[in-house]
Amino acid sequence: MSMLLQLLGLLVIAAGAACFALGTIGLLRFPDTLSRLHALTKADSLGLGLVALGLLPFAESLGEALLPFLAWGLVLLSGATTAQLIAERARR
Amino acid sequence: MILDALIAGLVLVAAGWTLAARDAFAAVIGFVCFGLLLTLAWARLGAVDVALTEAAIGAGATGILLLFAVVRLRGGTEEVAAATPSPPQRIAAGLLAAAIGIALALAVMLLPDPAPSLAAPAMAELPAFGLGNPVAAVLMGYRGLDTLLESVVLVFAVLAIWSMAPDRRWGGVPGPRFPRAEHGPLSLMARLLPPIGIVIGIHLAWAGADAPGGKFQGGTVLAAMWLLAWVAGLAQAPAIASRRLRLVLVAGPLVFLAVGLAGMLVADGFLAYPPAFAKPLIVLIEAAMTLSVAAALALLIAGPPERAA
Amino acid sequence: MAEALLLLAALILAAVGLGLWRVLRGPDPADRLMAAQLLSTGGIAVLLILAAATRAAGLQETALVLALLGGLVSVAFVLAARLAGPR
Repeated sequence: MSMLLQLLGLLVIAAGAACFALGTIGLLRFPDTLSRLHALTKADSLGLGLVALGLLPFAESLGEALLPFLAWGLVLLSGATTAQLIAERARR
Repeated sequence: MILDALIAGLVLVAAGWTLAARDAFAAVIGFVCFGLLLTLAWARLGAVDVALTEAAIGAGATGILLLFAVVRLRGGTEEVAAATPSPPQRIAAGLLAAAIGIALALAVMLLPDPAPSLAAPAMAELPAFGLGNPVAAVLMGYRGLDTLLESVVLVFAVLAIWSMAPDRRWGGVPGPRFPRAEHGPLSLMARLLPPIGIVIGIHLAWAGADAPGGKFQGGTVLAAMWLLAWVAGLAQAPAIASRRLRLVLVAGPLVFLAVGLAGMLVADGFLAYPPAFAKPLIVLIEAAMTLSVAAALALLIAGPPERAA
Repeated sequence: MAEALLLLAALILAAVGLGLWRVLRGPDPADRLMAAQLLSTGGIAVLLILAAATRAAGLQETALVLALLGGLVSVAFVLAARLAGPR
């Protein structure tokens, strides 16, 4: 049972890795700052969230299971703030 | 191992980019990336305490320090040009750095296998301190004198930064006055993040006795949270003449020194801990030092006083 | 299991490491900052995976510290660019 869960976890993490790859592609290929910003924020948030989700079967305590989600929440908060600030500046 | 090779390669790329960057802002970003990748390298080498410190100070605090320095340098292009070393000097510096790097690499690679190490005796004495983290035992026990001197060096560094203020500003408030963020994303982040960060910082400092962490990492996170509130205009920097500020700054080194001197009376010598009280004393020193490190780092980044009190 | 996790971590690092190219090219300072942010988030993911794969203590806390400080560096960068004046 737990082996199956861990395999599922690996798949979810792989999906997260794909999100990071998509974010990089967006960052490298999109034509201007604002669209690159768009790619970045989506990849950040979704990729890390999937990684945190996929690591659940590997955690050995409740704290260890929840900490990645705390890190995810912090990244969401600072990522959203920075995106807004950068966009404000880029629009001028 | 693919991951390790990737980290090593990216570290070199980041370092090369930082050196080659034309614009100062770009170089600082390159430096932050370099610190980020070094954190991963330390983690892979099993040095988690160092990875924590690299993440907090190398990728974080130093990056912000350099950013503010770049802003301050914007106005003085002639002075900067006069202080920039000439190409022959830079080549000489590069060759010297490369020579030292190669010598160190050779020294590490030519070590016998297994390499001579004091790890076993160091771990054997851990129970005497009541500590679970061998790095903490080295910092506070075996090399306590070094750590005491480092804590004093931090105070000197703050004094050096303060001394760069013009005479008439001495005793004033560091840094510009940031407009208070009332609406918008920055105000949300600066109100939501610091409480979480303070808890994490205190946890890091406290957990350092038995797990990776300690006063430097915890203090840096605390300083970073204050800096966030400061740039959002939610916290004001105190005037450097403030007595309370100066007390907080020196509290750590003073407590450390006091415990060290007390060791001459109740234990074997300077910085010796009486066996039964080793852990409580170490925790006391760490607590006071966390405050002082936080204050020192925040002041280092805030800079010399620029406004009248 | 641990090898699979490490492989995934390497893939994530490779993905965000390619973003370093954007740090090089720019052209806007904001682009470089965004690439650094991507690297930071990728680094957090790698550290979390390493924590699960190697079971070493303290790696999850390192990821937390990166998350906290990374946000601050980005904010400081935008504010510093503002302070330095319009381009």
